Amino acid sequence: MKIDKNLYTLKYTPDTDSHLHPKNEDCRMCEGRPCTFICPAEVYEWNEEKQELIVNFENCLECGACRIACEKKSLGWEYPKGTKGVTFKNG
Amino acid sequence: MLKKENKTDVIVVGAGPAGIACAVTIARAGRNVVLIERGMFPGAKNMFGGAIYTNSVKDIFPNFESDAPLERRNIEHNFAILGESDSTTITYRKNDNTSYSVIRGKFDRWMAEEARKAGVYVVTETVVRKVIKEGKRVVGVSTELEDYYADIVILADGVNSLLAHQIGLRKDIETKDVALSVKEVIKLDKDTINQRFGLKDDEGAIVEIFGGSMLGMLGLGFLYTNNDSVTIGLGITLNELVENNYKPFEILEKLKQHPSISHLIEGGTLKEYSAHLIPEGGYKKVPKLVDNGVMIVGDAAMLVNNLHWEGTNLAIVSGKLAGQTAVESLNTGDYSKKFLKKYEKDIKESFVMKDLHTYRNLMDIAHQRKKAFFSYYFKKINAFFDMFTSVDGTPKKENYHKFIKSIFTDRKLTELFKDAWAIIRLLWSILI
Repeated sequence: MKIDKNLYTLKYTPDTDSHLHPKNEDCRMCEGRPCTFICPAEVYEWNEEKQELIVNFENCLECGACRIACEKKSLGWEYPKGTKGVTFKNG
Repeated sequence: MLKKENKTDVIVVGAGPAGIACAVTIARAGRNVVLIERGMFPGAKNMFGGAIYTNSVKDIFPNFESDAPLERRNIEHNFAILGESDSTTITYRKNDNTSYSVIRGKFDRWMAEEARKAGVYVVTETVVRKVIKEGKRVVGVSTELEDYYADIVILADGVNSLLAHQIGLRKDIETKDVALSVKEVIKLDKDTINQRFGLKDDEGAIVEIFGGSMLGMLGLGFLYTNNDSVTIGLGITLNELVENNYKPFEILEKLKQHPSISHLIEGGTLKEYSAHLIPEGGYKKVPKLVDNGVMIVGDAAMLVNNLHWEGTNLAIVSGKLAGQTAVESLNTGDYSKKFLKKYEKDIKESFVMKDLHTYRNLMDIAHQRKKAFFSYYFKKINAFFDMFTSVDGTPKKENYHKFIKSIFTDRKLTELFKDAWAIIRLLWSILI
């Protein structure tokens, strides 16, 4: 299932810089990479070729699940700037 | 020394129910209070299942039933236990006003506007990045743009509360202490909703959903009726998703397709998808609530009674109690941890901590016995009604015997004893 059609219903004001900062040296060693499946917006994808995490931060719902689920506890996570990020009209 | 500019009496971080209730309590006592919200408007970053509780909201905003943007007055509670493809539902119906379904983007915004009218200075689109300390005392906050100072800072910054963590009041959260909730608001016209749920005018129904696509997992689904939409969602303990490689929205999609659910949302169009964390750790995970110059309220303090779907009411009461202590603290000029402990004492004496204490063992036992209580018995309840309603020429006595025998052959006797023992332990800790 692709989550894109769900995300189209949301109002986003994306920033140019990411508010999510994975430590790729930890991601390479990570066994489960839970962020790639638990994220409700599928923000994270593992790029096998480049051996790095692709972060579609502009889709983030700012729930914080990835920060807690991160096996290495090394995901740098902060809220987007005050004027940026997702807006729920019907939360 | 404290800077004179940008100095106020109290700063409240986060304009959800806890922060708003807190700020308005302080403003009504004639004190200066700044409420800082990171969203475009209060409610813009907030999401929940769907109902606010009259008792707690009315205490802060007596006019809310006539003035606030409410969706529906809930008169019906359904408890739906879903098997793989069948279900058993208990319905409780009573025409009263215990709770209303609301849309947070509208309701929180309304509450914040009421707070503004009461004198609260509401700042939006501003993220607090740091708590400023002077020695051992919290004296203000740093936003992206500037620093603000206050005699007291109240953290109402939600389930993730990076700020409470920063000043050492909260430890790292574990995956078993939060549930990840995803929900969809599905547009349907009012008449269709009333027809499908047996409602009239602004009456609303709630469906608490057990099992189905969540069988065997520590998770619950919910469905709420709004004016012209239906909210369906679920919350699943994060460790379940991590351990089983599950995608939360796939479990929701499967739940929506269950034959006992699908007809309720059929023909609707998706209005909005959202996700949020729910603090589920309970009593044992409530952090230290105060320190010098600072207090924590609402989700930031992990105040959620998950068994009863209560959160916003605990948030509002905690906000109010912290607000009252803040006012007394300002009156005496004593902002020490020792003085602010009055809030901790007040909340312990209120239903908030009493209820969390009542269910202190619930989550431990639920985690231990989840395969039993979130799968085996749900299936057995449905199997019982399957047997009871079957008309296939088999004599009833044979059916009963077969059903009773299945309880002991489908699950080891030792496990059945462990289940019973867990229930006894749980009931004992709840009632005694």
